[in-house]
Parts: sequence; C-alpha cells; structure tokens
Amino acid sequence: MRLNEQVTRSAQAAQAAPLLEASGLTVRFGKVTALDGLDITAPQGKALAILGPNGAGKTTFVRTVATLLRPTSGRLRVRGRDVAADPVAVRRDIGLAGQFAAVEPTMTGRENLEMTARLFGHSSSAARRAAAIVIEQLSLGEVAGRRSGTYSGGQRRRLDLGASLVGAPRLLLLDEPTTGLDPAGRREVWDAVRSLVAGGTDVVLTTHYLDEANELADHVIVIDRGRAIASGPLGDLKASVGHDVIEVAVPDVSLLDAAGQILQRVTSSPPRIDRGSRRASARSAGGAGELRAAIGFLEDAAIPIDEIGLRRPTLDEVFLALTGDRAAGTGDRAAGRSQDRSPQ
Amino acid sequence: MTTTQTIAPIAAIARPSAPPRGARAALEVARRALRKYFRTPGLSVMGVVQSALFLFSFRYVFGGAIQAGPSGYVNYLVPGYVATIVLFTGGGVAVAVAEDRAQGFTARLLSLPVPRYAIVAGRALADSATNAWSILVTAAFGFLFGFRLGGTVPGGLAALGLCLLYAVVFTVVFIVIGLFAPSVQAAQGLSLIAFVFAFISSTYVPAASMPGWLQPFSKYQPITPMVDAVRALILGSGSDVALALAWSALLLAVCTPIAVLRYRSA
Repeated sequence: MRLNEQVTRSAQAAQAAPLLEASGLTVRFGKVTALDGLDITAPQGKALAILGPNGAGKTTFVRTVATLLRPTSGRLRVRGRDVAADPVAVRRDIGLAGQFAAVEPTMTGRENLEMTARLFGHSSSAARRAAAIVIEQLSLGEVAGRRSGTYSGGQRRRLDLGASLVGAPRLLLLDEPTTGLDPAGRREVWDAVRSLVAGGTDVVLTTHYLDEANELADHVIVIDRGRAIASGPLGDLKASVGHDVIEVAVPDVSLLDAAGQILQRVTSSPPRIDRGSRRASARSAGGAGELRAAIGFLEDAAIPIDEIGLRRPTLDEVFLALTGDRAAGTGDRAAGRSQDRSPQ
Repeated sequence: MTTTQTIAPIAAIARPSAPPRGARAALEVARRALRKYFRTPGLSVMGVVQSALFLFSFRYVFGGAIQAGPSGYVNYLVPGYVATIVLFTGGGVAVAVAEDRAQGFTARLLSLPVPRYAIVAGRALADSATNAWSILVTAAFGFLFGFRLGGTVPGGLAALGLCLLYAVVFTVVFIVIGLFAPSVQAAQGLSLIAFVFAFISSTYVPAASMPGWLQPFSKYQPITPMVDAVRALILGSGSDVALALAWSALLLAVCTPIAVLRYRSA
C-alpha cells in the first residue's frame, strides 16, 4: 500500500517536473570543457530545439541527457530524475536517435525495430506490435522487409527515429536529425518529427540548421561555448533581438553597395549584403517610417527596386546577433544549406 | 505547418513494464552480432577461406622445407594452427566493436535500459561462438590436409576443448583492442599485434630453431605454452596445461573488467 502510494507520488512528481532541468551542468573531457555551467529549464509538452554553432556543446548535452556521459559537476534532471543518481529510470524515459543512423544494416527494418523493442523490455509479442505501429506511422511499410543497408538516407533516418520510439519513450532526443541528408530526406524526417510532436511526444532536438528549429520547435535554447545564452519561445527570442529588418532586392549586383549605403544612412545600422540573392538588409528601429525613407532615397539615387519590405528577423539573424563573431562562419554555413557536413 | 499523418497509434504503444533482464538482453545483443556475421559474406565466408588458405600454404608450400615434430610437420603444425587461428580471425571482432562505437550502435545500446554487463556479455558470447566455429572448421581442414591424431580420442577432444577456451580468451582480448582503438582502421592495425605473438612462438616452428635473442620472447609469452599444452593433450600428456590455463585465466581476469568498464563510456 505504502509502496503504491510512493510510486504514485513519484509518478506525479515526474509529471509535474520540468522536462529538462540543468543547473551548473559541467562536462569536461580532460582539459576541454564541453559544458561550462549550463543552466536550462525546459517545460514538458513543448518541442525544444537546442541551437548552437559546432563545438558549442549541443551533442555533449544530448549525450549527458541520454546518460552516455556523466556530469563532471552540477546537476541534470530529466522529468525530475537525476541522470547520475537514477540513470536506469532516465533510460526508460528516453528514446535517442543520433547523428549517425544507428541501425543494423544487415537486418531488415522490422528486425531492427523488434530488436530495439525487446531491449526496451517488451515481450516478443509486444515488440512485434510496437514495430508494426512504428512501421505504419513512419510510412516504412514498403521497405520494412528489406535490409536497412539498402535504404535511402531519409529512410534510414526514419528507421532510426522509429527505433527510438518502440519503447514508448516520454522524451525523444534527436541529435542533429537531418545532418547529411539531401533536401528530400530532410523533408521526410521533418514530417515524421512534426507528426510525433503533434501526437504529444516531447522532443528535444539539436541542430545547427536554423530553419530546422523554425520548422520543428516552439521553444529554443541557444548555447555557445557550453553555456546557455538565450532561452525561450521562438517568437520571444526573435522579439528580444528586437528590431525588424528592412530588406531590398535589386535587379543588378552592381547596385547592391549603393543600396546598402542607403539602408545604412536610413537605419544607422550596418547593412548585410547577399550577392547571391542580390539583397541588402539592415536592422531597423524606426519601422515603417524608415522604410518609406529608404524607398525615397533609392528612387532619388535611381536605383531600381525588385522588392522591398520590412520583416521580422530570421533565425539566422537572431543567431548571429546572439553568438557574435565566433558563430559567423558556422551561421553562414548553416544558412547555405546546400553544404552538407559529411557524417564521417 | 503541414501535418501529414495522424499520430494517435504511436501513443498506443504500451510502455514496457520493466527493463529487460540481463540474460535476455545479452542474448538479444548476441543475436544481432551473429546475424551481422552470418549475413556479411566478407566476415563469415572469407574468414573460413582465409584460415584454410593459410593452413594450405603452411602445410604444402612452406611445410616441405620445415623439419619439426617426430611424426611429420603436418602433425606438428595443425594443433598449433588450430589453437591460434583466432589470433588471425579475431581482428574482425576488434573491427566490429570499433565499428559499433563509430557508427553509434553502441550509443544506442547504452541509451537503452539494458544492464551494462549484458552488452559486453552478448558481444563476447556471439564472438566466442563465431571464433569457436572458425576453430571447428579449421580443425576439419587440418584432417583434410593430412593431420592424424597421434594419441587417443579423449586426448584429442581435451585438446579441442582447450582450443575453444582460447577462443573465448582471445575474443575478450580483441574486444578490448576494439574498445581502445581510436578508429575502425586503427582496430584493424592494432589487431596485427596478435600476429607477432602467433609467429614468434612455437606455433609454426619450434622455438629452439629461432635465433638466441628471440628465444626469451618466444619462450615466455603466453602463446607458446598455450600451443604446447594443446600438442601435449593430443599425445596424452598434461605438460604445460596448467600454465596454459593460468595464462588463460590471467588474460580473462585482466581483460573482462576492462571491457565492462570501457563499454560504459560510449
């Protein structure tokens, strides 16, 4: 009786607790400090994206949540359970899908799913049921009987995702779920994750693709050098960096610099020039008034306008504003989505 | 946002009432490793072909020029060859372990509510089984290439049993090599160390035929007594058996805890 009460109470505690709660979380590898006193609180019931440049500590954080790494100091609780004190309880609550699709290529999709389900503790018959549901929901039916080594990148990633779901985890951890995938593969994975989120699974994903956070998450934590530098709902984050952006597109690259100078004169902030899309942009505190002024100056200078407007900052711009110079290279790379990082 | 599917059924997956027990998890891990082995012809078929080819070369190519053993070189060679075949095929174990780490499979296992020792136990079970299989196949080739038991059948079976014990010992050693290798290629390279121990021992030629400066290594490293014990058992004697068992126990006692501890950190 008393045991039952305790179980109920601890289950209630887990329900009420934040999804993730890190305080002073530090992870060191020898002299390298990957997480440096990270403080994070993330609520349950939200899809959370952890953003940051390469080397910011994103993967270390996920691996610590997944109990693959032990904190050097500080504390990390997952749904109220301490990762160091009670790793088995945490492992039962999480499903991990990694940067590298960790499925066995010589086994079929179905075999992979059933194996993982049994390793979560399912009986053989329950494992078959769980695998069948995942196959159905992730649209793997056509390929489930084939060895996963023959899958496309997107299919393999979806299978990996499925393997993390067969144990009915309460928290799905996705470490750079689309790194190395082509655009079609990314779309497949995004659709799958979105439908999981819609179905109520808590998701934490790391990414250095800003549009991915935009697509999938409603709560964002930005980390840099092992510390959280911003946290909150996506909309708040954009608002906190403030300022809308005036952006103008011109028909010829040769006009860009002149257009940029005009934007600078109007907004008093340095313009960003994107020669590829023939666009100049600058942060604007003055909104519509500055936009009207910019249009006037451009006409005076006889610079034709393809397109001009006032818009909210993109995540790229938020990201750059938050992380500063160090992230610039990475941020640009993340924005140039065609450059895939090799999974080696 | 476009939502392409309805999702309720994922939520319909029941939550397992308890994590799997260690033995069940170990068997599951072993089953996957065995499937990989037998479904990858490069591992299962080539391993057998390679061991047969080497035996063929020693027996028929070099063998004619080697004088060893009272009853012909084939009867000297085969017991040693069978006892140490895992030193050649076992590199595959180190590579498989390193691959699982590099490709994230180990991380996936470690993120599951599976007892840590079960992951190593499953790996060791599967690899010991495939290495035992190598030994049985190689022994069969030995008979095919002209090896004949000089002593009794029970003696021969005892020798075979000792070889199977070595399969387990070497498996754990190669698991440790795979766990410490910084990359898959390095695992392959590090495994070549085993060749040194196999060649500079009494496996292929008597240690006494080597130059004096090489003899101390040959004499005091574990492979020589392990091989000599197998030969002794075949001839009905028990010499070197205690020493071989002691070496086996020592290697297991050192490598097993290292493997279990090392597996914890993916």
